[in-house]
Amino acid sequence: MIKFFLMVNKQGQTRLSKYYEHLEINKRTLLETEVIKSCLSRSNEQCSFIEYKDFKLIYRQYAALFIVVGVDDTENEMAIYEFIHNFVEVLDEYFSRVSELDIMFNLDKVHIILDEMVLNGCIVETNRARILAPLLILDKMSES
Amino acid sequence: MVVPSLKLQDLIEEIRGAKTQAQEREVIQKECAHIRASFRDGDPLHRHRQLAKLLYVHMLGYPAHFGQMECLKLIASPRFSDKRMGYLGAMLLLDERQDAHLLITNSIKNDLSQGSQPVQGLALCTLSTVGSAEMCRDLATEVEKLLLQPSPYVRKKAVLTAVHMIRKVPELSNIFLPPCAQLLQERHHGILLGTITLITELCEGSPAALRHFRKVVPQLVEILRTLVTSGYSAEHSISGVSDPFLQVQILRLLRILGRNHEDSSETMNDLLAQVATNTETSRNAGNAVLLETVLTIMDIRSAAGLRVLAVNILGRFLLNSDKNIRYVALTSLLRLVQSDHSAVQRHRSTVVECLQEPDTSLSRRALELSLALVNSSNVRSMTRELQGFLESCPPDLRADCASGILLAAERFAPTKRWHIDTILHVLTTAGTHVRDDAVANLTQLIGGAQELHAYSVCRLYSALAEDISQQPLVQVAAWCIGEYGDLLLEGSCEETEPLQVEEEEVLVLLEKVLQSHMSLPATRGYALTALMKLSTRLRGDNNRIRQVVSIYGSCLDVELQQRAVEYNTLFRKYDHMRAAILEKMPLMERGGPQVDEEAEESKEARLSEAAPVPTEPQASKLLDLLDLLDGTSGDSQHPPLDPSPGGTLVHLLDLPCAPPALAPIPNVKVFEREGLQLNLSFARPSEIPALLLITATATNSSGSDVTHFVCQAAVPKSIQLQLQAPSGDTVPAQGGLPITQLLRILNPNKAPLRLKLRLTYNHFGQSVQEIFEVNNLPLETWQ
Repeated sequence: MIKFFLMVNKQGQTRLSKYYEHLEINKRTLLETEVIKSCLSRSNEQCSFIEYKDFKLIYRQYAALFIVVGVDDTENEMAIYEFIHNFVEVLDEYFSRVSELDIMFNLDKVHIILDEMVLNGCIVETNRARILAPLLILDKMSES
Repeated sequence: MVVPSLKLQDLIEEIRGAKTQAQEREVIQKECAHIRASFRDGDPLHRHRQLAKLLYVHMLGYPAHFGQMECLKLIASPRFSDKRMGYLGAMLLLDERQDAHLLITNSIKNDLSQGSQPVQGLALCTLSTVGSAEMCRDLATEVEKLLLQPSPYVRKKAVLTAVHMIRKVPELSNIFLPPCAQLLQERHHGILLGTITLITELCEGSPAALRHFRKVVPQLVEILRTLVTSGYSAEHSISGVSDPFLQVQILRLLRILGRNHEDSSETMNDLLAQVATNTETSRNAGNAVLLETVLTIMDIRSAAGLRVLAVNILGRFLLNSDKNIRYVALTSLLRLVQSDHSAVQRHRSTVVECLQEPDTSLSRRALELSLALVNSSNVRSMTRELQGFLESCPPDLRADCASGILLAAERFAPTKRWHIDTILHVLTTAGTHVRDDAVANLTQLIGGAQELHAYSVCRLYSALAEDISQQPLVQVAAWCIGEYGDLLLEGSCEETEPLQVEEEEVLVLLEKVLQSHMSLPATRGYALTALMKLSTRLRGDNNRIRQVVSIYGSCLDVELQQRAVEYNTLFRKYDHMRAAILEKMPLMERGGPQVDEEAEESKEARLSEAAPVPTEPQASKLLDLLDLLDGTSGDSQHPPLDPSPGGTLVHLLDLPCAPPALAPIPNVKVFEREGLQLNLSFARPSEIPALLLITATATNSSGSDVTHFVCQAAVPKSIQLQLQAPSGDTVPAQGGLPITQLLRILNPNKAPLRLKLRLTYNHFGQSVQEIFEVNNLPLETWQ
């Protein structure tokens, strides 16, 4: 199962964090700094899977933002790698060419999207239209 | 004056504007004070906005526990935006350890039964993330109802919430098992994905469910086949593969169902072959599916042809330019190498190439795999490659590589000379990283290879002359020079270029070792003893040696000082015995597990010298130690001394024994339940008649692992019992590695032995406790 989902930028600032298994709050910041440090120290030729304590980290870099997903041993790393890209595509469609600022200022919407896609550490929905449908309805409701 | 509250966006702007940590903290603290005040005042309109800010601050790592009650209030409010924020807050701030946790149960219950679909969705999401065991029990029926609702949006979430509930409260699986069959017939991929996860969770939890779900294997095969063979479907296609996530999940479930089960595996064979051949490999999504297929093929009882196909796919992955794919290929091959050794051997050359990767995680995997692939036919070429790697590898891999090479050399060495060469090479390149027993192994090896004495001593001498910093090398070289110095001086070795060595040079070298600040005390000991031995081997006079030895008589290191003093005495008073004492050592047997070879030889040397000086007080104690430790050493110079009463020393020295078995006492089976067996085997060492060693072995022939296995024992008061730590606490299923535990029983009064055992363990998902008395102990155990 997915243990946590993080979006951290190159300076080490967390833009999104979602933990599917309980972790103390001070341990979280520690985890995030260590994770971003190991991701930053990798070069382009190295593979995107890191072993960290008892998790496996799968990360992808988009411009200045790292999306890091921590999973346990049972998950297929390449499927998660694909999933990260899927998530970014969904964000792209919703925000039309998403950037880091979009994520920062619309954090609650990004959470909603993530909740639509991952429930309790398991992937539930990957179809873009179906993920965004409730969000678009919500937007329409709040406008009117 | 009421300061208007900031919107979330403005807060974020402010935080971004803060230049330093301190400034940021200030901004946040000010805002938190506002938020707290606003919560106290209870302004309903802006509550969700305040909570949003609080959650942002929480994400940055600041404490936010005062917002918990607000979450509750927001959840209870009828407005959707409030509910949304409240549930989000609950997910992030509340967890099982908080007291406010249980209070949301009621709100969730209401929302689940009466809310609109989005609201139900929110409630399910929160429940599945933070639901505690009690909450799950309360709300199980609600969730079950939602499973059968027509709307797919809610159903897919309800299914995954069920997964969470089962994880928390395994008894609830009874409720969620029946709907699965119906859910599998859905066409909506979201529901299917959730259902497969649910079934996977159920099967992992209980073997009964596993048997039940074997029936749906054909259905799963059909679903997967449709996915693979259907053409492009805009809804689900990701880079040309039709819903790879669902495919991967189904494959994983098939793996669990087919493991160790012939029929299911047969049904899957065709399908797996089809998936393996049809999937697009140019993009990552296809490769993900292929990887899962390969893992499934290897785990179930598949046909041989299929397994070869799987290994070939992995081989293809290895040649791929994408690092990620190579990484997973190496990891999977490592898992397979035990079971399908020959198939993996075919890809050996590619694996060896991967050693050169700049990425450490890849090269580490490649190293492990290469070491696993070494066998007697390829050992020479593999070792050469590995040695090349050792020279250039990053430091954290050095130790593993060095020990790996040494181990492989030990198991598969074609000739002794090659073996010695290899170890020598490893010691010179990575001397500081080898394990401690490498020195012992090498000395024993050289000692045993009589024909190679001259060769080894020449090589070691040249290596030592070049470099005296690598301690293991120096130790072995010093020992060798001491033992075979005469062969070195003859210089007549056919296998290397003839080396003309003068006596003076040898002595100078050894003195250099003695004086160097890089030498460890142990190394110095070796060098000093070697010098001593050379005094008999060399033909010149011994003044130089005597000088050095007497200097060290006042050395600060107590070990060295004692040796030097003894050697001095040997020169002065016992010169006539010197030659006999310092003869060549006979071959050492591989000593008992705790005996350090170096300690052994130094004690033997001291033993021989102490024989003519029985007044030396330490000698007798050493002899006793030696007697008990060195039971198998074949040193012919051992003077006959009566062994001191073994009884008292047994208590002082806790000897973990490889039991020297005498008068074999039959094994006894004392316990058996559902495939878990406990056997006792006995040994009574002859030197200590009161001691009985019992080895308790727990084996598991059932289909489910035994975990948290703890065995405790009790004996009557007149008997002493000592329980040592077990080898582990898990016995894997199907005859996996058994747990052994040693019990030491001292029964000096020869009282009748009674033994009561208490076992606690987890088996088939239940915890078991058994207390029983062993009543079939053979008489020989205590008489």
